[in-house]
Amino acid sequence: MTLMQKFLGAAATVALTAGAALAEPAIIFDLGGKFDKSFNEAGYNGAEKWATETGGKYLEIELQSEAQREQALRRFAEAGANPVITMGFAMSTPISNVAPDYPETTFVTIDGWSDAENVLKFIFAEHEGSYLAGMMAAMASESNTVGFIGGMDIPLIRKFACGYAQGVLAVNADATVISNMTGTTPAAWNDPVKGGELTKAQISQGADVIYAAAGGTGLGVLQTAADEGVLSIGVDSNQNHLFPGKVLTSMLKRVDVAVYEAMSAGEALEPGLRVMDLAHEGVGVALDENNAALVSAEMKAAVDAAAAKIISGEIAVHDYMSDDSCPVLDF
Amino acid sequence: MDKMPRWADVALIPILNLVIAFALSALVILAIGEDPVEAVSLMVKGALGSTYGWGYTLYYTTNFIFTGLAVSIAFQAAMFNIGGEGQVVLGGLGVALVSLYIPFPHWTLALIVAMAGGAIFGAAWAAIPAWLQAKRGSHIVITTIMFNFIAFSLLNYLLVNVLRPPGEMNPATASFPETTHLPTFQDMFSTADNVVFRGAPVNVSFFIALIACVAVYFLMWRSRLGFEIRAFGKSPQASVYAGISPVKITMIAMLISGAISGMMSINNTMGQAEQLILNSAEGAGFVGIAVALMGRNHPFGVLLAAFLFGFLAQGGGELALWMNIPRELVTVIQAFVIMLTGAMDNMVRWPVERAFIRAAKRGER
Repeated sequence: MTLMQKFLGAAATVALTAGAALAEPAIIFDLGGKFDKSFNEAGYNGAEKWATETGGKYLEIELQSEAQREQALRRFAEAGANPVITMGFAMSTPISNVAPDYPETTFVTIDGWSDAENVLKFIFAEHEGSYLAGMMAAMASESNTVGFIGGMDIPLIRKFACGYAQGVLAVNADATVISNMTGTTPAAWNDPVKGGELTKAQISQGADVIYAAAGGTGLGVLQTAADEGVLSIGVDSNQNHLFPGKVLTSMLKRVDVAVYEAMSAGEALEPGLRVMDLAHEGVGVALDENNAALVSAEMKAAVDAAAAKIISGEIAVHDYMSDDSCPVLDF
Repeated sequence: MDKMPRWADVALIPILNLVIAFALSALVILAIGEDPVEAVSLMVKGALGSTYGWGYTLYYTTNFIFTGLAVSIAFQAAMFNIGGEGQVVLGGLGVALVSLYIPFPHWTLALIVAMAGGAIFGAAWAAIPAWLQAKRGSHIVITTIMFNFIAFSLLNYLLVNVLRPPGEMNPATASFPETTHLPTFQDMFSTADNVVFRGAPVNVSFFIALIACVAVYFLMWRSRLGFEIRAFGKSPQASVYAGISPVKITMIAMLISGAISGMMSINNTMGQAEQLILNSAEGAGFVGIAVALMGRNHPFGVLLAAFLFGFLAQGGGELALWMNIPRELVTVIQAFVIMLTGAMDNMVRWPVERAFIRAAKRGER
């Protein structure tokens, strides 16, 4: 800690102390907190995996306020942390502001974007994974009505919803997709009660498979769906085990792999763009013993075939973010 | 003598309250297996140990001065404006629209117009609950908190669908043009070989906040309008008898309150983020309530309380950054301070008061 205090004192006066003094990686969790059972937690799991395997240590912070974004980036960079990994798209602007001041440090943004030279961007093809989840939902549905519950109404979540709806309609063009967003504030990421209410509302409209892309709110969706006897689809991490036999599948977004890879590369990490799509196993659907009984051989074959076609480019899943519109779903 | 000396009232009691709050926090830190002495020194050093730390502390302080003043003015008129959050959000919209769409030659002009923009939007957002209260008797607590949610939804819609630059992932406006960037303390106080406040967000808005404190003091205690507002707050019936229009005072007090809340956005939106983001208010509107309560609704008290909360925000951030202390615990520490200095003030006040009175009586004998 004394070393850290030296850095604290030095930070005010010394311009660039970034160096090899202690090249620990650092990770900055977004406002959702690192135990959100979803996006941030996936990053935490990747970091922990790296720490246990290598015996290394890493610096971390869970952000509490918007002003802390730049602050945390600068403090970690000045303390010599490398790479500095950030979770969530909201870090885009802060990274763009900070990264040019610390050319020796590699910054990593997961879901964000920055044109600075020393930034590694992990971009996930959530629409492709959601497409596969949508196919499974349509095949499992008996009422021909499936649901989507998003967290906060932002473009990223619409990307999930749009891919999902395309997958549903690819299997059954007559199916109905009901889509709801939990809210318009960051609280929407952590409101399981409202998630549960939306689930009940969608069930009353006939939905019998419901996909939750809503962080902590999704836990309420999965819980309610299990209680009411309909199927649900988890997101980000593999959530099949939460309610075995009740969760049809989980749309995996391998944030843990991204964090693990970044930490493993350490200071040698190359900046640039890394697309985490189906081909690179960055997204996918989770199949394990908890949902084996729900997934028929026919379903699995269809999903595998579609995955192969997406990878080969035969099926092009529309990405909501590319033109801010969705051909099959209105928001 | 049946009162304690004034210095004890204004200085000793708050300090005792703070000491107890920190002692309780120390116990909690000890309970989770961290060193409380180290934690406190880290907080103090992180918030006040360098110009950098001061830069963040004063940035948060600026936010809380605005919202604290806003709540205190509504309080004086016996209204509980808990819509500060929504008024800040709308103020941010006003500031953003002005900064984005008017080409300013210089930041001074931009600041003045943005202040007006933030104030008008904030006041407009407060006007509807105020009107409902004045004319219809709809309770201001209910309406203002509901207007917070409407403000969030409106901002979300505008940022996701209208103001977001195409292809941008983050629901936020484009960055404001260079000429609207406010000078930070780093720009103002650094010399070529001595850079101070490096990277800290505190900016010229801090001085606007100080001016606002003085202005509110003169408005509330040195003007006819301020007297009317306070009279109405103490007794609406008596003030009607004295010829004060309750509708007028309700409207004016809330409009001023909303305008000051909205003006906070020159600090966070224009000064710090330099773009309008979704989570721009981030609770400052609610902290303002605690600040106004602790500051006893007086501008000078608000200034001190805002500084305390600024210190806690920045010191707490440093704790989370360098120690293995979960961020929820920082909130616990803040809660202890609010509880001791606000709600449980009398727990300390009564024994101290009695001790002083006893000592005084012994002296007489």
